[in-house]
Amino acid sequence: MGLTSKLGGMGVVTVKLEDAINWSRTRAMWPMLFGLACCAIEMMSAQASNYDLSRFGMELMRPSPRQSDLMIVAGRVTRKMAPVLRQLYDQMPEPKWVLSMGDCASCGGIFNNYAIVQGVDEIVPVDVYVAGCPPRPEQLIHGIITLHERVKQERLDDWV
Amino acid sequence: MTVSEITTWQGDVEQLKGLVSERALSGETMVLNMGPQHPSTHGVLRLLLELDGENIISCVPDVGFLHTGIEKNMEAKRYEQAITMTDRMDYLSPMGNNLVYCLAMEKLIDLDVPLRAQYIRVLLAELTRINSHLVWLATHALDIGAMSVFLYCFREREKLLDIFEIVSGQRMMSTYFRPGGLWRDVPEEFEPAVRDFLDYFPGKIDDYENLLTSNPLWLDRTQGIGFLSADDAIRLGCSGPTLRGSGVNWDIRKAIPYSSYDHFDFEVPLGQHGDVYDRYIVRMKELRQSLHIVRQALDNLPGGPVRSNNRKYVPPPRSELGQSMEAVIHHFKLWTEGFRPPEGEVYVRVESPRGELGCFLASDGSPKPWRVHFRTPTFVHLSALPHMAKDHLIADLVGIIGSIDIVLGDCDR
Amino acid sequence: MDPVAALREAFPDAVRDTQEFRGELTVIVDGVRIVDICRHCRDTAGLEYNFLSDVTGIDYLPQEPRFGVVYHLYSMLHNRSLRLKVLLSAENPIVPSVIPVYAAANWFEREIYDLLGIMFTDHPDLRRLLMPEDWDGHPLRKDYPLGYETVQFSFNFDEVDRHKPYAKE
Repeated sequence: MGLTSKLGGMGVVTVKLEDAINWSRTRAMWPMLFGLACCAIEMMSAQASNYDLSRFGMELMRPSPRQSDLMIVAGRVTRKMAPVLRQLYDQMPEPKWVLSMGDCASCGGIFNNYAIVQGVDEIVPVDVYVAGCPPRPEQLIHGIITLHERVKQERLDDWV
Repeated sequence: MTVSEITTWQGDVEQLKGLVSERALSGETMVLNMGPQHPSTHGVLRLLLELDGENIISCVPDVGFLHTGIEKNMEAKRYEQAITMTDRMDYLSPMGNNLVYCLAMEKLIDLDVPLRAQYIRVLLAELTRINSHLVWLATHALDIGAMSVFLYCFREREKLLDIFEIVSGQRMMSTYFRPGGLWRDVPEEFEPAVRDFLDYFPGKIDDYENLLTSNPLWLDRTQGIGFLSADDAIRLGCSGPTLRGSGVNWDIRKAIPYSSYDHFDFEVPLGQHGDVYDRYIVRMKELRQSLHIVRQALDNLPGGPVRSNNRKYVPPPRSELGQSMEAVIHHFKLWTEGFRPPEGEVYVRVESPRGELGCFLASDGSPKPWRVHFRTPTFVHLSALPHMAKDHLIADLVGIIGSIDIVLGDCDR
Repeated sequence: MDPVAALREAFPDAVRDTQEFRGELTVIVDGVRIVDICRHCRDTAGLEYNFLSDVTGIDYLPQEPRFGVVYHLYSMLHNRSLRLKVLLSAENPIVPSVIPVYAAANWFEREIYDLLGIMFTDHPDLRRLLMPEDWDGHPLRKDYPLGYETVQFSFNFDEVDRHKPYAKE
């Protein structure tokens, strides 16, 4: 078997259950393909050949909320879009995380007016904010790694 | 729950009257909601489709999910501050938006632009066109099922973003064009970077064409789909590649040359049939023409200043601030109060990658614009979508949406 | 053919005024006749404004007449532009829809209705376009506030934080 030969006769690896769970959660965290505005183009760049987000277990962008773990809110959220966004969040299965990408999603950005929600944290709980207008793909990847670090810190008593 | 309960329309039937046919109200055809969260609607477009099996009987687009209030917000900002807003409108061609707004301001105050600045504007506007067409090709091909084209296009796009970063410090939202010229002159790394791209890119267009242009699957999915006749295209207000795909030779760069486009030699590619495939061909040829313009602009780039010398509207260079009291005063006035253009209303149009991008600017003589309105190509093309999508399959609708190259930020503003 | 002279001859009582600014011609016309005027501009030999570039509205508050609707016509044959403007009073901002002449006007008129509250008679589908359907007011009117919210800086962080509606899980 492949695993046995890789381990080279080490036999059994022992690990804490929560570490194993956290590790598996970070290594296959599927983001939702949820492009709103300019940041969505940078999110696509991060997914494309030069930045290759699949290195971090994000091989797949799922357009369906029911198959995704991470919601990357990429772009400005309007008052018309806000109910849709909340509905999508509610449809995602637990455990789920939200990454607010860009200034507009984080705090309204330069659009301080009637149409834009001043920060997506008014609608859904946000785990990581990424600054920038739009953030570079490196910044997005940094945000995702930050989220991974956070997930790795989670302990069993947080879940029960 | 019984089957009949599932298939009945749960919403208010009154809302549907007049939008869909009578058959939908009786339940004979199905009303399906597509979007605003859908991978193939290029953002947050919502479509209400009335379907007979797979066939689209009627299609009602619902936009506004990205309405940012840019026009209202610009009224609250001074003329030069408001340029940053225009970048975020059509986020695939930010320089094109900067250009139309700057041209409108320059027309309003009758401001001269040095030739060097005009050439650099043309150069960057054409690079932006290539950039935008690359994203169009990537997403259009991805929607129809060609995944690898997406990866190739984004690889080349990074090179363009590097060039934009060289000139402005930002990859996408450059805000590089200013009234009276440019923010500052291009640095010396600019020319080699553009030359590299000029040598590198033509082979890549060949690669894309090898993958798609005579690929039988691509032909099956695009030829004869989304037909738009020349008369209908004009009647519905289409412009840009969507209009030229139907064989109408109208390119604003040729018809009403702005920013010294008349100094350049280029062709306007035309389609014949007005279907998805011809619009694809037009855009692919435009990629080569844009490269041709970029090469001419770079070869003939004149020297000289890149900002107008009119101190009432254009801030003085920083080097003068230490020596001239007058320069300090102008600088102070321009950055605290802004300039006051004369009263009047102007309309300027440019050829954006998607079509006619117009800017209507009304001034009341104060430092803030009284009314700014953008006539955006996606807005008009989306209103023509029901006409194009009628009697096609849902799978073809995705191709049609891709072929008119919609950007929802451009549509909703 | 000179568009102003042609319009003055065809509609002597409907042409109110003409303006020229930076080489752009504006003809201010009577709103009631706008459909006929557009049809004349499109179909008359020598004018042939076959392409409707843009329709937009302006709010001239506090002037009276308060609203303006601006039509940008373009002739591909003669490569000329013409701007028609209709002025409307604050109490009664109603103008006929030009969809019978220019089909492209459909969404433009819906947008103006949505953002400025100008009504278009005989429009087939006059609903809100950009704002949600249950939205109050018309945002681009000058008496409509921008909707500015206080920005959270370090000095007023707690103050703003108290009123900020954070989302629940």
